[in-house]
Amino acid sequence: MFDFSVVTNWINTQLLSIMPDWAAVLIECIIIGVCVLGAYTVLALFYILYERKLCAWFQCRLGPMRVGKWGLLQVFADMFKILIKELIPLKGTDKFLFKLAPYIIITASVTMLACLPWGKGMQIINYNIGIFFVLAVSSVGILGILLAGWASNNKYTLIGAMRSGAQMISYELSLGLAIITMVLFAGTMNITDIVEAQDRGWFIFTGHIPAIIACIIYVIAATAETNRGPFDLPEAEHELTAGYHTEYSGIHFGFFYLAEYLNLFIVSGICSLMFLGGWMPFHVSGWTGFNEIMDYIPGIVWFLGKAFFISFVIIWFKWTFPRIRIDQMLAFEWKYLMPIALANLVVMALCVTNNWHF
Amino acid sequence: MNLLLGISNGDLAITAVLTGIGLVFAALLIARLISPRSYSVKKSEPYECGIPTRGESMLQFKVGYYLFAILFLVFDVETVFLYPWAVICRTLGSGGLICIGVFMFILILGLAYAWKKGALKWQ
Repeated sequence: MFDFSVVTNWINTQLLSIMPDWAAVLIECIIIGVCVLGAYTVLALFYILYERKLCAWFQCRLGPMRVGKWGLLQVFADMFKILIKELIPLKGTDKFLFKLAPYIIITASVTMLACLPWGKGMQIINYNIGIFFVLAVSSVGILGILLAGWASNNKYTLIGAMRSGAQMISYELSLGLAIITMVLFAGTMNITDIVEAQDRGWFIFTGHIPAIIACIIYVIAATAETNRGPFDLPEAEHELTAGYHTEYSGIHFGFFYLAEYLNLFIVSGICSLMFLGGWMPFHVSGWTGFNEIMDYIPGIVWFLGKAFFISFVIIWFKWTFPRIRIDQMLAFEWKYLMPIALANLVVMALCVTNNWHF
Repeated sequence: MNLLLGISNGDLAITAVLTGIGLVFAALLIARLISPRSYSVKKSEPYECGIPTRGESMLQFKVGYYLFAILFLVFDVETVFLYPWAVICRTLGSGGLICIGVFMFILILGLAYAWKKGALKWQ
């Protein structure tokens, strides 16, 4: 597997040879910032097109076709349109909090994006409590949504934010428990080490039945965590117009839109890292020739391919299941998903302590 | 654990946060420069599907949300305590399993109590 840290170390030594330490660190930080920004925008543009095309195909439509070949330039047209829209000044809003909310949401998703390793050595923030840090930052994102709804001086946004808060904090529990199950199996919280531990086989294969159950729980909780259908009651169009971002106009709304798609990528990326082996290729023990061919595919392709597959499943949910009521949603989490996740954790602990795994 | 370029994680996290802030700031600046601006009294009213606003916008919301927030607090703290155990579960062996079993039993008892009292029912 190609180690990307060779490239970063080469850049580091080149920079250190021509300038002092602090200047090298500054330039490297700027390069990292530009890379993250580039990845963020490219992913957001890709996801907007991906979702629009998939929605269209699920409904037997063609989707955007006019702007560019197969509508590929449609997202750029949308971006420019949203930039030249007016930012409407509103009466009675809490101005400071109203403007702070997009900053919190975007910053949280950028920081989470920086924590995901795309390949060996292609990770920016590499804490030894990596996955815990990601979960902590994702909780900060909820704060942004609550603030947006609260500060808007509108009944719909207030109800939307309350629903969103109740939903996101509830489903965070089963999300966290599903992740703890895998942390228990891997024996570490560092994301890179978790992926390295899947060298012999992805956790979903080696982890027995508890890993499969944890994966299913994780995907359901992640769907709710990103406020997507069937759990899209915070922005239920028929009841609340647009939920917590009703009053945001122009690029202000665009930030919520961007963060929503990036959160979709981040939850799919975490699923790919924790359960599906991240950048590890698909191996079948004994098939040496097949394994050799799989090793030729670069790690970044494996990681992104798995993440896009999980996103496809989450988008698929939206067009298959009808929206559920808030009492059903909360009962589903607290009476079914969380007890199952807890029981699953105990089963996994028994498996790990008794070595009942592959 | 090898760090990227030998920069500490704290610095990298600050870089990521500053990148996020910079993205929002730059996009807002561009939007302010090129977007049109007009003012009217009607436009700045809260949006309620076209009809005039009725009453206060800061209305009362259900106490149910608050109850779920309290329950969340209990179980989220539990999850935080489970993380360190999960990392060293293999080395602790069955002794650690029994200890965490007692901890989880008390919490599940709490959930069962809340369930029986009807705190999980949306009414």
